[in-house]
Amino acid sequence: MTAFLKLLARNRLALAGGIVMVLVVLLAVVTPLLPLQNPDITNTSNRFQPILSEGNLLGTDHLGRDLLSRLLWGTRLSLAVGFTAAIVAATLGAAIGIIAGFYGGRTDNVIMRGVDMLMAFPYILLALAIVAALGPGLFNALIAVAAVNVPFFARNIRGITVGIANKEFVDAARLAGLSNARIILTEILPNVVPVIVIAMSTTVGWMILETAGLSFLGLGSQPPQADLGSMLGEARSALITNPHTSIVPGVMILIIVMSINLLGDGVRDALDPRLKSGALSRPMAATQVDRQGPVPASKGVGLLEMQDLETQFRVRGRTYRAVNDVSLHVEKGECLGIIGESGSGKSVTALSVMGLVASPPGVITGGAVRYEGEDLIGAPYRKLRDMRGRRVAYIFQDPLATLHPLYRVGDQLIEAISSHRQVSREEGRKIAVELLESVRIPNPARRIGDYPHEMSGGMRQRVGIAMALANDPDIIIADEPTTALDVTVQAQILSILDDLRRSRGLAIVFITHDFGVIAQLCDRVMVMYAGRIVEEGPTQAILDDPTHPYTARLMACVPELGGGKRRLEAIPGLPPVVDNLPDGCAFADRCDRVQPDCRAKEIALHRKGTRAVRCIHPVTPLKEAAE
Amino acid sequence: MMTGYILKRLLSAIPVLLGITVIVFLIMALIPGDPAMAILGSYATPDNVEKLNRDLGLDQPLVAQYFIWLGNMLTGDFGTSFALNRPVLDEIMERYSATLILAGTAFVLCSVFGVIAGVLSAANQYGWVDKGITFVVLLGISIPSFFLGMMMILLFAVQLRWFPVSGRWPIYGARDLWALLDHLVMPALALAVVATGVVARLSRSAMLEVLRQDFIRTARAKGVHERGVIWRHALRAAMVSIIPVLGIQAGFVLSGAVYIEIVFQWPGVGRMLVDAILRRDILLVQGGVVIVAACYVLFNIMVDVAQSLLDPRIKT
Repeated sequence: MTAFLKLLARNRLALAGGIVMVLVVLLAVVTPLLPLQNPDITNTSNRFQPILSEGNLLGTDHLGRDLLSRLLWGTRLSLAVGFTAAIVAATLGAAIGIIAGFYGGRTDNVIMRGVDMLMAFPYILLALAIVAALGPGLFNALIAVAAVNVPFFARNIRGITVGIANKEFVDAARLAGLSNARIILTEILPNVVPVIVIAMSTTVGWMILETAGLSFLGLGSQPPQADLGSMLGEARSALITNPHTSIVPGVMILIIVMSINLLGDGVRDALDPRLKSGALSRPMAATQVDRQGPVPASKGVGLLEMQDLETQFRVRGRTYRAVNDVSLHVEKGECLGIIGESGSGKSVTALSVMGLVASPPGVITGGAVRYEGEDLIGAPYRKLRDMRGRRVAYIFQDPLATLHPLYRVGDQLIEAISSHRQVSREEGRKIAVELLESVRIPNPARRIGDYPHEMSGGMRQRVGIAMALANDPDIIIADEPTTALDVTVQAQILSILDDLRRSRGLAIVFITHDFGVIAQLCDRVMVMYAGRIVEEGPTQAILDDPTHPYTARLMACVPELGGGKRRLEAIPGLPPVVDNLPDGCAFADRCDRVQPDCRAKEIALHRKGTRAVRCIHPVTPLKEAAE
Repeated sequence: MMTGYILKRLLSAIPVLLGITVIVFLIMALIPGDPAMAILGSYATPDNVEKLNRDLGLDQPLVAQYFIWLGNMLTGDFGTSFALNRPVLDEIMERYSATLILAGTAFVLCSVFGVIAGVLSAANQYGWVDKGITFVVLLGISIPSFFLGMMMILLFAVQLRWFPVSGRWPIYGARDLWALLDHLVMPALALAVVATGVVARLSRSAMLEVLRQDFIRTARAKGVHERGVIWRHALRAAMVSIIPVLGIQAGFVLSGAVYIEIVFQWPGVGRMLVDAILRRDILLVQGGVVIVAACYVLFNIMVDVAQSLLDPRIKT
């Protein structure tokens, strides 16, 4: 509760709204005690006095009544009616919703049909019909406004109740022989109350507006008694000659409703866990760059060369070092594998190349990524955009999520092409068909009219590959492209990629957590753990004798065909969270070869020829790979 | 396939429409006292009251009354408004066209500007554009539309003399499109403001939701311009959750039209209903509510159809 209030107070607008709201309510409460004139005493000789006239701070209305007094009494009435309507609507709606949600089945069906029926009315029609039946009057207006809002609460609360009614503790209560009424009161209600409060905080403003509206129409409070709405309604005829009589009550409604809305938004935000974690931030067009150290010099190797790359996630004052000092390079026609568990930083490494790390919270804080010798970190967005897809293309995991669900695959292919060069509609179509053909999609001329959800997973991933090929890039970065697919499809996709690499001289950076895939496709492999490279070298050499204990454990995770009853070894424990890495080796806690000196100080990447390892007690001593 | 879907949706609307007539009928049946008395006033003789009750079918049991009323409506007979002494249907049709022009314009305005504001807000999240739009939107959803309308009259009609104060047509002069637009601008804007705010809020959060999805990253990885990412990729996907809200807003715009019609003396259904309620012109209220609610139900079917056209994943 205090945490909630703190969060609420941090939102300055909500705080301001709350303060104004409290002031208005206080004013309404003490109104009878204030030395005000009687709000209903008319004095026609003194009518339409302007604001700040003597004896009438806010002037007088068309019957010479004191506006300040009428305003305060009207506010009191409007607030009372609005809040009462909200409470009535919430209580009735919650009762209906809980009954429908708890009993389910036929009861639920009948009730919700009725609720849907009521919601089929534009709200004012229902309110008007009710007032028409009951006759004009403030109490009837209150009933109408409450009734109109009951379906909203009923529907919300029903949804929540259905979720709770199937929980274990409710089953337990049933088994214990508690009566339904008892279960509702002791088990369901306490869990629903917060939802009711939130729903009320966001609708009470509306209800005050609606009652004011009915009064404005002359269907609510009847003279001489006046709430803010009827004050406005009466003042309307003198709008042009004496606008202040309209402005005074109108501004008051605005102030009340606005402060309630500010407060309501604050309450909602404070209770939304996603907002706290920053998960509702929009990723910018390119990853933010905040490079502090010097730019490392190029070694002049590879088509793509990454040096000492550091990418961090900054969330609420904590820094997660997702990529830490990673260097790599890839040549034309070469396939480089990056392997590691989820959270090892391999995907972030790959996305950093073209500035595709979601930002916020991602920030590239150091290093260089060079394409043909030109540094891309901190390059202007125009430059990055021009290179994306044209020079460096990506293939992502799970093409159902990564293809746009509402565009035909052909149109998505054509868009990839037309993002970089002018093509006519027919030309684009022709290229799209050719692209699908090149990834061995049968009957491509027809399939370009399909939506992603109409294709199988394997077909979708072929589309993903075709899209990456659209502009004949030099480098393809494939981020676990086969993870979501079954084994036979996986093999087909890998063979397509391998053929493309050979026929087009593509450089491929292939990210996976599966050593089996690496063995099939990659020339060289880099093993990542907790944002760092722990081992790298030619694939065969590493497969033959892995040196880092983590590499060895990863390889033990791969089942071997015909390998007999060898136990698949899962690695115990989880990778460390990268916001607070231990000194020394990050793998120490999970390593069965750990020695005290492993944790003493940072361990450097020890290099010998084409191989390198970050371990002081390797499984086998590091040998230079035989070329 | 599409026609089949539309037909199915239309059929499913029939129980809802029947339900609406039941609700309206029941509410009106609850009216305390004798409707004939209310119509004829306190000077009515008992004979007259009895005759009128017979004419209105009010001497029949409640269920029979409902079916008589329903049957008459189905044949296009909504009865006669006693206060206006003309067929209810004629009066409603005449008024309804005015309301549709006003509410339709406001609906288009709130859809277009609401969505644009929401997209701009989301695309510049936490920036000045976002903060500005968020504040204006908050102001918009907090101001009573009738008060806003009155202030607009003061400023734009009385002070600046840009637009006429009220009404649908000039008292003198041609009743052409320009005259209509001249009179329509202020009420349509005043009516659109609240709904625009609601649509903008929702569009903003729908866009933020979509912008974090994987296919947005794919679009960026292809090299699509940020403009295209926002307006083509993200907005298209966000529309899936924005369109249902537009359907709900249509109801709010229709509701708000009641106030705006009074403030701007626009001769629409809303004003007619309020007058009818104050005069206890029951048949007119019943007919008006049923017709407007029915149109709203049909409009929401159109929204569903639009939704299914936008989203191929919806089974039609």
